[in-house]
Amino acid sequence: MANGTLYMPETEPNYLDYRGRFKGILGWILSTDHKRIGLLYLYSMGLFLTVGIFFGFMMRLELIAPGKVIIEPQTYNSFFTLHGIIMIFLFIIPGLPAVFGNFFLPILIGAKDVAFPRINLLSWWLFAIGGGLAITSVFLPGGPADTGWTFYVPYSIRSTTNVLPAAFAAFILGFSSILTGINFVTTIHRLRAPGMDWFKMPLFIWSLYATAWIQVLATPIIGITLLLVAVERLFGIGLFDPALGGDPVLFQHLFWIYSHPAVYIMILPAMGVISEIIPVFARRTIFGYSFIAFSSLAIAFFGSLVWAHHMFTAGMSDTGRFVFSLLTFLVAIPSAIKVFNWIATLYKGSIQLAPPMLYALGFIFLFSIGGLTGLMQGALSINIHIHDTSFIVGHFHYVMFGGTGFGIFAALHYWLPKMYGRMYNEKRAKVGFWVLITGFNLLYFPMLVMGWLGMPRRYYDYLPEFHVYHFISTIGSWILITGLLIMAVNLILGVRRGAKATDNPWGGETLEWRIQTPPTHENFHEIPVITGGPYEYKINENGQEEKKYEEVT
Amino acid sequence: MFSGASTFADAVDGAFLFILVISVALLVLITFLMIYFVIKYNRKRHKKAVNIEGSLPLEILWTVIPTILVLAMFWYGWYGYKKIRDVPEDAMVVQVSGQMWQWSFTYENGLVTDTLYVPVDTPVRLNLISLDVNHSIFIPAFRVKEDVIPNRTNFTWFQATNVGSYDIACAEYCGLLHAYMYTKVVVMEEEDYSQWFVTASAEMDAGEPEEIES
Ligand SMILES: [Cu+2]
Ligand SMILES: [Cu+2]
Repeated sequence: MANGTLYMPETEPNYLDYRGRFKGILGWILSTDHKRIGLLYLYSMGLFLTVGIFFGFMMRLELIAPGKVIIEPQTYNSFFTLHGIIMIFLFIIPGLPAVFGNFFLPILIGAKDVAFPRINLLSWWLFAIGGGLAITSVFLPGGPADTGWTFYVPYSIRSTTNVLPAAFAAFILGFSSILTGINFVTTIHRLRAPGMDWFKMPLFIWSLYATAWIQVLATPIIGITLLLVAVERLFGIGLFDPALGGDPVLFQHLFWIYSHPAVYIMILPAMGVISEIIPVFARRTIFGYSFIAFSSLAIAFFGSLVWAHHMFTAGMSDTGRFVFSLLTFLVAIPSAIKVFNWIATLYKGSIQLAPPMLYALGFIFLFSIGGLTGLMQGALSINIHIHDTSFIVGHFHYVMFGGTGFGIFAALHYWLPKMYGRMYNEKRAKVGFWVLITGFNLLYFPMLVMGWLGMPRRYYDYLPEFHVYHFISTIGSWILITGLLIMAVNLILGVRRGAKATDNPWGGETLEWRIQTPPTHENFHEIPVITGGPYEYKINENGQEEKKYEEVT
Repeated sequence: MFSGASTFADAVDGAFLFILVISVALLVLITFLMIYFVIKYNRKRHKKAVNIEGSLPLEILWTVIPTILVLAMFWYGWYGYKKIRDVPEDAMVVQVSGQMWQWSFTYENGLVTDTLYVPVDTPVRLNLISLDVNHSIFIPAFRVKEDVIPNRTNFTWFQATNVGSYDIACAEYCGLLHAYMYTKVVVMEEEDYSQWFVTASAEMDAGEPEEIES
């Protein structure tokens, strides 16, 4: 609910047609418009995602049968390293905040841009430079890094591959992430439209807020750690390398102090997207708004205190293991609260199973499997057995890909019509979804099974008893890629040639649906005055939804 | 699926089964409700939504029940884990050294082998040292794993319950041939083990080259 003239139809050009100081490509890569920056991230991430998928595809192909199939062990080791670095640092971590956060955060709170538009552009440049460096490191003499995305010492110190360029790329990307975090925190504090108090904010904003704090507080630790690795390698100062009197376990602590909270940087915004989509397609208000909002903060807080659960076999004290296991279990509770509230939001709704909703429900299913298998790892005795097996690989793909990945896909299907003003083919989108989720489960479920049976991870080759699982998994990867292709082609065709989308194709209540499609350069003609919550579907005396815009069915 | 061969296996598998049953139940519940609501309240049938803002009793219910469940899971995990860390005083000691990409085992009298031989029903303590990078000794059948880290002596132990030969893998990525860092642990009857030990030690004393076996 909001008052004010939000836009004057057809009087201002939309942000895609807007002519600023620069023309052509410069008008994009030098633009400080949060919407254009969001799209810059979208295009660069699409590119990195494609590269990441290629490495994943090749790994699965190699593992279709025991022994060598197509690539050598050294190549395989580089591929899983690059797959990890690219997917984590260049796709999943920036994914939702950088693309949809940039595009919609200002709009959703009724602002014309983020607090620091130029810093925002700088973030994208750092991201592009870091990403470029990561890709370049593959082709430098020395060969691509082969340490795994975790860069564990002492192996990362001994490896003669291009570990330093890869680590330096991650270092630069960290700055991009920190700056985006600072920008978002400031924007949310300072630029909310009049009347939009904290509890009238859409839940996506709450999740971005929690995420931004982790980005600001945790990311510097990985930066410092990678810097220390460089210092050790270049000047021979013993920090982590046992040969120089350092402690390799210290590295693991520092690494995970960032990289575990990073998991929440990845998943929280996806949870926010789901909280946006479900009420819109159930045509009713969200169930338990404040519980969902606070559970984001609880996840961010507790999630920062559980890093050592990645190191239960590293020889920590038993007290340490006790505490970290307990905290790990506690962090499951706010996630469970979210899932139950989403399900309750479906109750007595008027549900439309459009593609964004389908992806959102797919998210809940896959994320639940990811979360529940996480419980198994939290239990100390089980963790000892399944740590560093393919069970872990299966688990985090359910969370990161089934969770965050599907969150990104849901967001794409939900918001692309707004961003480009064109609609994709809904039927094809649903076909893509079903192919994708089938391939997904065939690909990752066998990993859970064989992990429990003792299949270690990061293995180029395996014992014959694991063949059947690897075989199914590889077939699954082909189906999954088919699904991704259907989705990508459908979305690209939709954006380029689809039917014109209306201002509010889904009947949403939040501010982005109240402005022009695609939005104008300044989003709002007049800054709105907010008078109600984000998901208030009011029913009038005639039993009809009270709406100020027509609806497409 | 549950073919453990050490004294830990029951506690580990029990905890796993416990969490698995709860997880499957929750997943089925969530999925069922999702599908049921989507069908029952589909816009075709159910044009008018009912706004429900929330319910404190429900929120409390689905906070308290998961809390109890996860605390129970935590405790079950800790219970099994304590056994894994609690080495009996009288355990026989073998030093395990990991290096790229092989294992070797040193017995108390200095005998060195590349396969681990142990007597059944006897506690065996493994002191773990690395000669180069991180490794991790993993015996799936025994539900045992512990990292092998340079400059640090980690330990683990087990007591095998069945005679036979089981895989030992390296679970922490250690470079090129990480996937081939396999060997076996051979669990023997007490007498067979003593006989093997006496023969192997005698060969060692006679200056035979390091025993090669599999
Ligand atoms: Cu973690
Ligand atoms: Cu190894």
